[in-house]
Amino acid sequence: MPKLTLEELAKIREKTKRLTTIREGGEYRAKVCVHMGTCGIAAGARSIMNALMKELEERALGDVLLTNSGCAGLCSREPMATVEVAGQAPVKYVDLTEKKIKEIFEKHVLGGRIVTEYALGIGSEKTDF
Amino acid sequence: MTEAAKEKAFRVHLMVCAGTGCVSNHSFEIKEALEKEIKKLGLDNEVLVVTTGCNGFCERGPLLVVQPGNIFYQQLTVKDVPHLVEEHLLKGRPVKKLMYTPPKEKTPIPVLSDIDFFRKQVLIALRNRGLIDPEKIDEYIARDGYVAMGKALTQMTPEKIIAEITISGLRGRGGAGFPTGLKWQMVRNAVSANGGAKYLICNGDEGDPGAFMDRSILEADPHSVIEGMLIGAKAVGATQGFVYVRNEYPLAIKRMTIALEQARAYGLLGQDILGTGFDFDIKIVRGAGAFVCGEETALIASVEGRLGEPRTRPPYPAQSGLWGQPTGINNVETWANVPSIIARGAKWYASIGTPTSKGTKVFSLVGKINNTGLVEVPMGITLREIIYDIGGGIPGGKAFKAVQTGGPSGGCIPKEQLDLPIDYESLTQAGSMMGSGGMVVMDEDTCMVDVARYFLSFTQDESCGKCTPCREGTKAMLDILTRITEGKGTEEDLSLLQDMALAVKDSALCGLGKTAPNPVLTTMRYFLNEYETHIRDKKCPAHVCRQLNVYTIDEERCLNKGKGCDLCRRNCASDAIQGAKNEAHRIDQSKCIKCGVCFDVCNFGAVKVD
Repeated sequence: MPKLTLEELAKIREKTKRLTTIREGGEYRAKVCVHMGTCGIAAGARSIMNALMKELEERALGDVLLTNSGCAGLCSREPMATVEVAGQAPVKYVDLTEKKIKEIFEKHVLGGRIVTEYALGIGSEKTDF
Repeated sequence: MTEAAKEKAFRVHLMVCAGTGCVSNHSFEIKEALEKEIKKLGLDNEVLVVTTGCNGFCERGPLLVVQPGNIFYQQLTVKDVPHLVEEHLLKGRPVKKLMYTPPKEKTPIPVLSDIDFFRKQVLIALRNRGLIDPEKIDEYIARDGYVAMGKALTQMTPEKIIAEITISGLRGRGGAGFPTGLKWQMVRNAVSANGGAKYLICNGDEGDPGAFMDRSILEADPHSVIEGMLIGAKAVGATQGFVYVRNEYPLAIKRMTIALEQARAYGLLGQDILGTGFDFDIKIVRGAGAFVCGEETALIASVEGRLGEPRTRPPYPAQSGLWGQPTGINNVETWANVPSIIARGAKWYASIGTPTSKGTKVFSLVGKINNTGLVEVPMGITLREIIYDIGGGIPGGKAFKAVQTGGPSGGCIPKEQLDLPIDYESLTQAGSMMGSGGMVVMDEDTCMVDVARYFLSFTQDESCGKCTPCREGTKAMLDILTRITEGKGTEEDLSLLQDMALAVKDSALCGLGKTAPNPVLTTMRYFLNEYETHIRDKKCPAHVCRQLNVYTIDEERCLNKGKGCDLCRRNCASDAIQGAKNEAHRIDQSKCIKCGVCFDVCNFGAVKVD
């Protein structure tokens, strides 16, 4: 392997940082949470999660958090996902498909514009956990 | 791992602690179980399992932290894994029953940073704790690793580096607290013999019972030590470094070896580093585990292949060290602090701590304490904060008696001094020392005379025998202490012990002998009444010194509660107990060997000790 220069060291740093940022609990651009209770999984939440994973990888994003949660209580509208852009209220999306989540990712997560036609509403139930 | 896999992003990172404590609690098996379960549920594209160095909360191992979210799981078993993976990773429901609940409380605390043990800590030497895989240099680099080295090599003169370290106030973390900047200046100023090289040594010969700071740093973040040494090498003009680690630390040796190979492959060690024309490399030297080799001149002798024995100083290693050449020798933790000081500046570092002791110190908190583990705290924090806020107090509702700081040659500090701020001077004034950072907590069941005897037996055993005060003095002191714990002590023993302790302290050749009397002197200073009770009343108040115990059986209790169960008689090795089943038992004191077995086996509290 060739000896590194300072620039190459910086490149390794940036590349690896992107993959490890999620360990540090720092600032995030947005959080996307896919609801994956039994109902969500049965309705196809797995494919929503896979589509989101693909977006993250293709766009090489290190500051978008992708998590999952249990059933949100509105089982008839699954698959569901909640998008929370930093500093803004969370938005719940329902009846998702791969195509819809891709659009939501582009417009809302990256662009900051809520896709109202797929949204159930703004806000989230309170939890103490 | 292939290049492609390296690039892959995962939505969850499972940080499995793989420090020695958790590894011995089967954390590698847990890692395998996690990977298997993740694969089974088809999550292997989303979830990455990472092995990290010591997390610090060893008491609760094996540990797992889920990121993002900083969710802290503890005391895991392989059996817990399927449930954990399914609930948390598949369904997104964190598993409360695997979380940490503080003693005396009922609600678990999910997030690591909300747990008191972690909350009061300030991480500099342990800055990458739990965040990186120590076997992957890229992860160290991602945490701004080797930035400080880049700065030192391309933008700073040696004088500027030394000035920065001097202003930061960094002092040797091995125990003596010598100003690091001054030491480096001495090595820089020294002229090497015959135009030879100058050397650097990292002292990882951590020998104190119950201390594991250096091991944890070497295991968790070896590159921080390598980077610190590279910066030091530029400062003093050294071309070769050595990391001296005991062979009892196989994981530290393994991870350091990997780290050196990776740094070399990137050209961060070797010749013409970063194209700056600067050359430096590091070798590992394995020690055989002699306590005295932690002393710098003995360590140097050992590196040279000679018997690990200290010599008189001066000349100091900075003037004439390894193979007679100027040698800069610093402890593991000292080296690990260096990159942060260079990267963030001396003023930042000097803003933490007390006027004379800057920065932070890593302690291994052990003994009678709820939260055993590795903690890094700012200098000036009080013992009370460490023991009660971070350490969670004493288990089993027992009372705190003393804390021993500084390893076997440190002193015992009593509860009256719990508000003592931790810095080099305060600890020395209290008769103890910073040492390398061992902290052994003792409760009311500890006999202080026995503690002094135990620590002295350790140092006496480890004395290399070169100088008479240490070789003969520690032996004679140990004989007196043993006599006292066996009830054969006399009034004169106390003054004799005191005189000998002071004489050994004054006249021993090296740090081992000079500090070996500390446990004796401090226990005599703070717990003289216990010595007197042993000598005058032939009693051990904590019932630890068995030769002084008198075991008796409460015959009424034996008969009424235990119905003369006969268990004690059957377990007695010396046939000292008389009685048959359904009868009251009693002990024939002339036959009793005071082994205490009857006391331990009695289920009815009928055996009394006095």
